Amino acid sequence: MTLFGFLKARGTAPVARERLQILLAHERVSLGSCDLLAKLRDELLATIARHIEFDPEKLTVKLDRAGSTSTLEIDVEIPSDKFTSGARRAVPAQVSAA
Amino acid sequence: MAKVIVVTSGKGGVGKTTSTASIGAALAQTGKRVCVVDFDVGLRNLDLVLGAERRVVYDLINVALGDAKLKQALIRDKRIDTLHLLAASQTRDKDALTDDGVERVMGELRASFDYVICDSPAGIERGALLAMRFADQAVVVTNPEVSSVRDSDRIIGLLDSKTRCAERGDRMDKQLLLTRFDQGRCSRGEMLSVADVLDILSIPLLGIIPESADILRASNLGAPVTINNAASVAGRAYVDAARRLAGETVPMTIPGVAKKNLLDRVFGRRAA
Repeated sequence: MTLFGFLKARGTAPVARERLQILLAHERVSLGSCDLLAKLRDELLATIARHIEFDPEKLTVKLDRAGSTSTLEIDVEIPSDKFTSGARRAVPAQVSAA
Repeated sequence: MAKVIVVTSGKGGVGKTTSTASIGAALAQTGKRVCVVDFDVGLRNLDLVLGAERRVVYDLINVALGDAKLKQALIRDKRIDTLHLLAASQTRDKDALTDDGVERVMGELRASFDYVICDSPAGIERGALLAMRFADQAVVVTNPEVSSVRDSDRIIGLLDSKTRCAERGDRMDKQLLLTRFDQGRCSRGEMLSVADVLDILSIPLLGIIPESADILRASNLGAPVTINNAASVAGRAYVDAARRLAGETVPMTIPGVAKKNLLDRVFGRRAA
């Protein structure tokens, strides 16, 4: 310990806490509930693909746990031309204008 | 109807076996019929902590494979009539345990006990998954230390996905048992606080067990601290945790916070 060591931030516990929070936020997405996430992803892909053509790589599913609540985040990127031709064939003018 | 509880952690050496024995004994002392089951095939220790290491004849694998009857394998504690042990095999390979075999043994145990407490091996391999597979609720044993908290988080994920309870679509009841806690180091900012760990893992707290010489002394003698020295700080912490597990409302105390005399302040800042 240096002479003025006591003036520095006290304790290492806050560092441990912060490192854990960052690490676990990441691991919960990639490892924690991998089964559930993989299943959700597959089913979402199948459902969306039935109606719209899109790149499967552009679908991200995230599950996060913070405090007492969990959030499920689904992000689908759909090319605008695919959306026009696939989903709303009946009213093409309206959709392309949007 | 019996309750099957798994005591698990992911990380080794955090106090699963000690906690299984201590809570099991505390519940049995209230007159409940309790069976503690060792799932650590090849590295059994629950028999040793309970002082029954020389009385093991048949084990969990013998019963699961049908080589022995459950009654032949159960070891009744010599101090508490209602406490029983089903030991793990020390010689057999852990792959000898099958889903069906364990399910059948669990079914039989449910029929004859109020509480079945499964002591999980460390890790997330077959033995650990089987220990949690048929449980109704889980006690997640965690030390206030980064690697233990991380592994507990992983185990919570598995409890929510790999158990029968989860597969049925039910939510498994999980509670945190914080062990080897040292209030002195915590207040100096050297150790994660109870609030930190609870905040990170987001499961309710079952109890806080202090780092304590009484626990080592008890296991040296082959007696859980709740039998050997129930009046000690650690002994009381386990008794309280067992009461909460049984559904009682017991106020939570952080061991080492309430009483601190002058000598403690001057000489040692280690709690408990």
